[in-house]
Amino acid sequence: MKRNYGPRYSAPQTLWLTLFFAAPLVIIITYSFMKKGLYGGVEHEFSLDAWKSMANPTLLSVFLKTLWVSIVATGITILIAMPCGYSIARSHNQTIRLFLVIVPFWTNFLVRLYAWIAILGNEGFLNQMLRWLGFRESGFQFLYNQGAVILVLVYMYLPYAILPLYSTIDKFDFSLLEAARDLGASKMQSYIKVLLPNIKGGIVTAILFTFIPIFGAYAVPLLIGGKDSYMLGNIIADQITKTRNWPLASAISMAVTLLTAVAVYFFLLKKPKPQHVELDSEVLSGNDALSGEVH
Amino acid sequence: MKGSDVTVSSVSKSFGDFRALKDINLEIRKGEFFSLLGPSGCGKTTLLRVIAGFEDADSGSVSIDEVDVSGLPPDKRHCNTVFQSYALFPHLTVYENVAFSLRIKKMPNRLIKELVTRHLAMVQLEEHADKKPSQLSGGQKQRVAIARALINEPSVLLLDEPLSALDAKLRQHMLMELDAIHDKVGITFIYVTHDQQEALSVSDRIAVMNAGVVLQVGSPQQIYENPASEFVARFIGETNILQGKILTREGSLNTIDADGFGAILIDDETKVVVGDDVVATIRPEKIRISNDRPSGAELNVLHGIVEEPVYSGFQTKYIVRTDTGAKVIIFRQHANWSEGIPDIEWKDEVFLSFSARDMVIVGKSA
Repeated sequence: MKRNYGPRYSAPQTLWLTLFFAAPLVIIITYSFMKKGLYGGVEHEFSLDAWKSMANPTLLSVFLKTLWVSIVATGITILIAMPCGYSIARSHNQTIRLFLVIVPFWTNFLVRLYAWIAILGNEGFLNQMLRWLGFRESGFQFLYNQGAVILVLVYMYLPYAILPLYSTIDKFDFSLLEAARDLGASKMQSYIKVLLPNIKGGIVTAILFTFIPIFGAYAVPLLIGGKDSYMLGNIIADQITKTRNWPLASAISMAVTLLTAVAVYFFLLKKPKPQHVELDSEVLSGNDALSGEVH
Repeated sequence: MKGSDVTVSSVSKSFGDFRALKDINLEIRKGEFFSLLGPSGCGKTTLLRVIAGFEDADSGSVSIDEVDVSGLPPDKRHCNTVFQSYALFPHLTVYENVAFSLRIKKMPNRLIKELVTRHLAMVQLEEHADKKPSQLSGGQKQRVAIARALINEPSVLLLDEPLSALDAKLRQHMLMELDAIHDKVGITFIYVTHDQQEALSVSDRIAVMNAGVVLQVGSPQQIYENPASEFVARFIGETNILQGKILTREGSLNTIDADGFGAILIDDETKVVVGDDVVATIRPEKIRISNDRPSGAELNVLHGIVEEPVYSGFQTKYIVRTDTGAKVIIFRQHANWSEGIPDIEWKDEVFLSFSARDMVIVGKSA
């Protein structure tokens, strides 16, 4: 009899995930149902305080703002990524272009964030350029507002959108666009009616890859944004480090996780399953071939 | 006759250094089944794409019904294309694929339904209206592509090797069906193929192309019986090529000294003078193979040994090495077994005879 070594070989991975993913998750869930400790931490006592205190207007407004920023940033990212992916898929030097998309990953996230501060800051590169070009001496306030947060978020997550879009567009049969043009569609109509529905899978993936991390963004609004740019990630961090309300931080984290999970589930559910019923042989029976095709 | 005539005037097109089309001129008549025939890379598909509007010609023009359409995008030309890969929209059902151009035109639903139903009936796919293209067989996909292209009521239908993806038997069948559709709708068909059998069996006229040039335009009979060049003779069907020098010429009757054949009589109007080097051809089925020496006026007779008989049911192909050293291909139909003609076998000594009138001079050699 053949022995199934599957469980044995996957044991290290199972152990790893249990230790560093499942266990912390369970800890966070339990923390959210406990009383807050005086100087941080938790009292080991059941309580619904954390979940109850989530229903406060400040938190709700931050939640809505986070949602809004995430939707706007994701939308802009996809709108930029679509033509990028398209042009990479249609170009003759795909490797070089893909390489250029991936290059930023070699630099640490935070370093790239500080680079943006160096560009957008009051004494930054952009303002110096503008000053040199004769714009106002006092410079412009680019940093520390919602616009800057969205700009940097788009920059950070653009590659995550370009890559899945590129890979689906690359597989797209471009003769379909010619067929659409042939059948009377304008260039724009051929993109909307034929290209978009056929790369839907890539678009869904790109949206998930950008929306989820942006929704949980922490460093970008903290370093690039102003007072009004606080997002859920910052609230959670503050609850841990400043307000020292660990149960509330845990409850918010859990709520965000649950919400995203449910949203993703429905998002993926709507994607139609590909149909693959191949008919390999066409049976011709004498002269009456047409009616004789068997299915 | 419905449909349009298509005029291609001095069209040239290059891709980088490659000259795909070199000064093409064609007059395609209303309602004609016109084939562009040639080996792959001869420019036939490029020419079709220029007519459809997918490629712009570097120079020259295309007119449909005397209206110059050069520079117009494909959606503004009154012709539709059946693509080699079918190019059916995978996300749409058969019904929606066929309805695509009508939806673009924003036609009312009721009218769309009526037209789509009629066109699906024409290609006998009514029951498959709700299937996705991935659920169809090759022949069915082909028919969806045809219905989709015809529903727009184009005046010209362009077909880019539409049968190349089908197996041999289905190909024959679809070809006849295409011919029937052509008879029914009566519009101009421009059919690109590399298969000379396909082109011969359905076309009203054929343009034979090679290396970006149109070599000959004519009816299938003209192309087959009277090839204008050695390339056309070789490309269409099998043939025997003779190279030689004109020895005598009286009226249209020439004698040539052909390499490996000796003196051969050719009855051909082609203007040649004594001393010219010419290329001539004789089709294998026009050569008679027999055990006895035949006789007759203006008859070329050769003697040789059967090197290879190839039996294929309806005929046998013989490869005969003549005493003079030439290799000749002969087709012998098996329509007359009952006449009791003795079988000719491997290594038999045979006589080959063919009329001077069946010989064709296809060109002068350099």
